[in-house]
Amino acid sequence: MVTFWFAVVVLAWVLFFVLEGFDFGVGVLAPLLGRDDHERGAAIRTIGPFWDGNEVWLVAAVGVTFAAFPAWYAALLSGLYLPMAALLLMLAIRGVALEFRGKGDGVSWRRRCDLALSASSAAIVLLWGALLAVFVRGLALGPDGAVQGDGLSRSLTPLLTPAAALGALAAFFAAVLLGATFLSLRTSGPVRRRARHLARWLGAGGAAGLVLAGIGTGSRVVLAVAVLAFATGLLSRYGREALAFAVTAAGVTTGVVAVFTANGRVVLPSTLDPAWSLTMHNAAATPGALTLITYAGVLILPGVLVYQAYSYFVFRRRVASERVPT
Amino acid sequence: MDVLDLTRLQFAVVTIYHYFFVPLSISLAVTCAGLEIAWQRTRNERYLRLVTFVGKLLIVTFAVGVVTGLVQEFQFGMGWSAFATFYGDVFGPTLAIEGMLAFFLEATFLALWYFGRDRLPRLLHTATIVVVAVGTMLSAFIILAANSFMQNPIAYELDPVTGRARLTSFADLMLNKVNLAAFPHTLSGAAMVGGALLLAIAVWRPFSPDNRTLAKLGAWIMLAGGAATALTGDHLGKVITEVQPMKMAAAEALYATTSGAPFSLFATGDPLPELSLEVPWLLSILAKGSPGATVEGINDLQARYAAEFGPGSYVPMIPVAFWSFRLMIGLGMLAAAVAAVYLWRTRRDRSAPPWLLRWLPLIPLLPTAANSLGWIFTETARQPWIAFGLSTVEQGISPTLTSAEVIASLAGFTIVYGILAVVWFRLVRHLARQPSQLPETAEPAPVY
Ligand code: HDD
Ligand code: HEM
Ligand code: HEM
Repeated sequence: MVTFWFAVVVLAWVLFFVLEGFDFGVGVLAPLLGRDDHERGAAIRTIGPFWDGNEVWLVAAVGVTFAAFPAWYAALLSGLYLPMAALLLMLAIRGVALEFRGKGDGVSWRRRCDLALSASSAAIVLLWGALLAVFVRGLALGPDGAVQGDGLSRSLTPLLTPAAALGALAAFFAAVLLGATFLSLRTSGPVRRRARHLARWLGAGGAAGLVLAGIGTGSRVVLAVAVLAFATGLLSRYGREALAFAVTAAGVTTGVVAVFTANGRVVLPSTLDPAWSLTMHNAAATPGALTLITYAGVLILPGVLVYQAYSYFVFRRRVASERVPT
Repeated sequence: MDVLDLTRLQFAVVTIYHYFFVPLSISLAVTCAGLEIAWQRTRNERYLRLVTFVGKLLIVTFAVGVVTGLVQEFQFGMGWSAFATFYGDVFGPTLAIEGMLAFFLEATFLALWYFGRDRLPRLLHTATIVVVAVGTMLSAFIILAANSFMQNPIAYELDPVTGRARLTSFADLMLNKVNLAAFPHTLSGAAMVGGALLLAIAVWRPFSPDNRTLAKLGAWIMLAGGAATALTGDHLGKVITEVQPMKMAAAEALYATTSGAPFSLFATGDPLPELSLEVPWLLSILAKGSPGATVEGINDLQARYAAEFGPGSYVPMIPVAFWSFRLMIGLGMLAAAVAAVYLWRTRRDRSAPPWLLRWLPLIPLLPTAANSLGWIFTETARQPWIAFGLSTVEQGISPTLTSAEVIASLAGFTIVYGILAVVWFRLVRHLARQPSQLPETAEPAPVY
């Protein structure tokens, strides 16, 4: 039961990182690949109907983590208090920039929204990458499951490590690649051309970097992800856009699953004393609560997947980024 | 201020802020659904123009509601980890189910409605906004159930080993009698804010025949909402007197247990009331439903709680409770009265007097303030409890959280939320200035 719920929690996080991953990537890239107001608008329109639904996967992932493993939820969020607060602020700016963009007036208003969107998307992705690295390495959990330390440094120091920096870079790379493959799949015209070009070189370049990192750390997961990144580059080169996007998504999935399963049954290691680590079992909710959300999940989530898929179907047409002469 | 006070202040600030936008989202979604159905049935283009306009307001407001709601969901873990662990069994599933059941619906169907006007069959398109409206009410119901647990903890047992609360019945948790009373009260309070915004915009923007419809619609929603808040509030007051007599005694600053207790309109003195203007028997009627009924006073309740829960003060901040309760009622009813005056003065195509038109654009401030004050009353007069009779606020805070961290995050939220409010306001003003329009056609697609 507990393992099953752990799998569900990981699945919710994977869906969040893949789905919002591409719209974060599009957010970062829109002002770079769109050379003028019209092209930027086209790039952003590819995620317009979807980003909010994708963001609810964050609500769901956090909610399911809370429901199934309350102690894990509490330790992560209170232990990483300031990074989480920063993340929320960036998410606030991003969501609002996206929705407000088309409602104001004038090119300069939209330009400012685009910049806010791009900067906040980049900051969010970097932060998530660093946080994922911290999930693997653990926190200074004391015997009561609370993170020790004083002042501002209590929740900031975990982020100031080389591992966190690497995590941030890896996440940034992944999100941009996802964004680029998504844009090449969902637009036509100049944005599509540029996105495809970017995906091709980024895939190949990233693969080279990952191979070095994989050999350096001896990690098989990193090597596997390198192969996938290389495949993305190749597929983009030959115009297999849907496949390129799918392969990138598979790469992100692999990475996220690896992060959550890196420590076996320990969900959050304590860096002070292994005995104080949080495991699946000591963090879990009671069987009653787990049964309840199992029923709720089984009843509700298939419906959610169906209508979300339907909305992707309704908005399936490519967004034109070329100017139509009028 | 110590870390506990700071964290409480932060909770109050971000929650009240979230609740500036939530009532608007709820009532604008319902209004859009109504207008969409009216357009569907009458094919009168006025409704299409109006729903296009109100839809934009909804999207802009909804976005702020969503991003501030996200903060709420993280907050229980960030600031109140002990609370989150202790009540994880109750709160976790509730929040998870709210997300799965309500938020996915709202987010996905709102996008389908807003972008799908020429891509979906007509009937299906109308159905999408109805789904959004239902979704907003569902999320309000579920989250209010969580809050009602804190007012009146039921459907749990304490785990003998861990000492934590364990949920015994989800259905009972949802059907908490406090929730059944608070939900309709909250919805009608929400209606008042949405109606007030429509009325304010309609009298403020340059004249067009559509505005008249919009103004009347807004004023009627306010008036009906006002009547409903009074009725539901009366019922809610009786339920709260039952489960938290201290709260209602504090609301009246009633120290001694009294039969045929009066309701004072205002009071001075410290700690209240020295000089007061009273309506005889009204409190007994409000609290118990009969003029002669006995209402327990603060002193007796304090003695009773001290005997039951151990020594300590169980008296909330009396002036806050007293004034927030009065102002909630007063400002809300004033708003409803203004709406009534407006409707009367504009009956049968008459035009409203200039003084009224000059002040009406400020009308949304009244029900908004009433809503915030209602929450301030609800939450502060529950003190010192976080979940009534079960555990106190002090026991709920994240144990190792530091003041420096909370100061930093509070500063961040204040700045960003402040900017958001200004930008939201300017955007609404910008949207309101434009003449009514039919929706843009799909090709070229709307600027996004
Ligand atoms: C426009 C807004 C508005 C208006 C006009 C009123 N209220 Fe209200 N009231 C709220 C908006 C509100 C609220 C913000 O929505 C609250 C906070 C918690 C809740 O459930 O609703 C609330 C709470 C609240 C509570 C406390 C509930 C608790 O502790 O759980 C009581 C007893 C009342 N109300 C009673 C009244 C009465 C007797 C009114 C008479 C006219 C009234 N309210 C008007
Ligand atoms: C389901 C919904 C809600 C839950 C679970 C909840 C829970 C809490 C918690 C945990 C605290 C901090 C502890 C305390 O100081 O009592 C609190 C305080 C507070 N909340 Fe709520 N709340 C909810 C809804 C709201 C809303 C919608 C508002 C206002 C718009 C609100 C207004 C406040 C205020 C003003 C305080 C400060 C009280 C004080 O510190 O004395 N709450 N609430
Ligand atoms: C303090 C506890 C609360 C939490 C944890 C919370 C959580 C959230 C979250 C995560 C969202 C964003 C959903 C999305 O991404 O689509 C949201 C929006 C919303 N919340 Fe809250 N909320 C709280 C208080 C309230 C209260 C008291 C109400 C109503 C009575 C309410 C009603 C809504 C509604 C209707 C929405 C959707 C509309 C909008 O975005 O404005 N919430 N909330």
